[in-house]
Amino acid sequence: MIGLDSNILPVAFGTAILGAVSGGVGCYAVVRRQSLQGDAISHAALPGIALAYMLGLRSEIFLLFAAGLSGGLSLVWVQAVVRRRGATFDAALASAIVVFFGLGVVLMSRLQRTEGGAAAARLPQFLFGQEAAVLTFADLVPMLILGGLALGVVVLFWKEFLLLSFDADFAMTLHLPVRGISVLMTIVTVLAVVVGLQTVGVVLMSSLLVAPAIAARQWSSRFGHLMLYAMAFGSAAAYAGTLAAHHLGERGSAVPTGPTIVLCVTAVALLSIAFAPHRGLVPGYLRRRKAGAA
Amino acid sequence: MTIGEVELHAMLLTASVAAACAVPGVFLVLRRLAMVSDAMGHVLLFGIVVAYGVVGSLDSLWLKVGAVLSALLTVILVEQLQRTRLLREDAALGLVFPALFSAGVLISSLYFRNTHLDVDQVLLGHVEFAARWDALPMLGLLALNLLLVVGFYRTLKLTTFDPTLATMLGFAPVAVHYGLMAMASVTVVAAFDAVGPILVGAFVVLPAITARLFVDRLGPMIALAVGFAIFGAALGVRLAFSFATNTAGMAAATCGLVYLIAFLLSPKRGLIAVWLRRRRLRQAWLQALDAHG
Repeated sequence: MIGLDSNILPVAFGTAILGAVSGGVGCYAVVRRQSLQGDAISHAALPGIALAYMLGLRSEIFLLFAAGLSGGLSLVWVQAVVRRRGATFDAALASAIVVFFGLGVVLMSRLQRTEGGAAAARLPQFLFGQEAAVLTFADLVPMLILGGLALGVVVLFWKEFLLLSFDADFAMTLHLPVRGISVLMTIVTVLAVVVGLQTVGVVLMSSLLVAPAIAARQWSSRFGHLMLYAMAFGSAAAYAGTLAAHHLGERGSAVPTGPTIVLCVTAVALLSIAFAPHRGLVPGYLRRRKAGAA
Repeated sequence: MTIGEVELHAMLLTASVAAACAVPGVFLVLRRLAMVSDAMGHVLLFGIVVAYGVVGSLDSLWLKVGAVLSALLTVILVEQLQRTRLLREDAALGLVFPALFSAGVLISSLYFRNTHLDVDQVLLGHVEFAARWDALPMLGLLALNLLLVVGFYRTLKLTTFDPTLATMLGFAPVAVHYGLMAMASVTVVAAFDAVGPILVGAFVVLPAITARLFVDRLGPMIALAVGFAIFGAALGVRLAFSFATNTAGMAAATCGLVYLIAFLLSPKRGLIAVWLRRRRLRQAWLQALDAHG
């Protein structure tokens, strides 16, 4: 059987759990038409990571915390700019991405000049995820804890999140603390991005949030089912992608896990769009042809 | 404080890159397609890698052609996915560009491990090595973009602000859309050598939204955006050389800083102006209440 010859199975298992977390949390972004939010958070994590590194806070926990903090800060920028009519949502998002990423590049470049090789070597890792061969299960433990936390919050605030995603006005009339719940949802999204950083990397993280939800949307119209489907798709793609990267790596080329996972999850989304029984393009075409023939 | 020759060349190049990007940027921002610039930047790598695989040489115009084609491919794929009505625009964009980017990274790490197609270099740009005449092609592109905008000014204006009316009057908004996308992708591709594909977006989006804070008319908005682009880029290069750091990243950051300052101080839409206006209105209202007992 594939993969049993090494320690890759526990790693693939770990990334699968992370895929489930991102897939589940990503559903909120997709139904709220904010699919590209994850893109901003993940790009904006870069200056946080660089700054923590510069300040000497180099343990995994600090780096993840700093990544989340600066990622969240980018969303504060977006929300502030949109609320005060400085720009439309898409332009605010695009501007946050480039400004934060630009700052990140500036800091990283300073780091490379002062520190040399060690820091420089870590930049690509955060951009595209680590090479499968380097990753161990122990690396994933902090991320698994954070991911569990994110899912815990989702379960705890299930009704509130649902209401806010589909009918924010109604939530307001019920005197729910809309602002607070919205902040909590943002924190959960940031957590989901942060846990994916090491496996998928900054640039590709948004896909792991969006694609499982897009796939799941083709299979069900109920939000609960949607989230379960998305978690299943996310974890399956992450598992398959990790194994694929590992096997390509064994054949001599160093392949990061990010791209293979993203390609797997995109394939799942495209196949769902094409073949899902009720909404899919091919079943729809067949139904129409049958109706035309009858 | 003197400016060295290397810095001057970097400044010229970055400023002309920024100015050329700002022109299509105005239309992308007004049409709410700002994220397309981000997507375009990401997929260039895919086009370059595929073109490199086909042509087999690095110093080739074909790489640029491949990059432009990959940007247009993204636009077409997003349109087609949206037309299925199974997913919305933001989701379609979020699905397509990471996938193409991944394919690019994967192909390059599988097949081109030992070539000079260095992913970091491709991602971050190298304006620091600008030569004397490097700015000329970008200035040419700026002139071309401006010429196209002036030539098709009324068409662009109408399709941007009222696509329905434009269709009824016999203009072709779809053709204009693809024309604009072609202009944007050629500009982004020409620019990414200098500043890297991700930070190109800074010059596309930031000058346009900065200009939008000051004016409501299209012509002045384009002129102002070009001005802000040149100012932000030049300031960024200056700071980058003072602090010995990455030029493109610094230029993106300074364009952001210029936007923030404008957002604070703009006489019409600035935070301070809006706050003052609100306070004046509130006081006028209270006085009116008092006067009428």
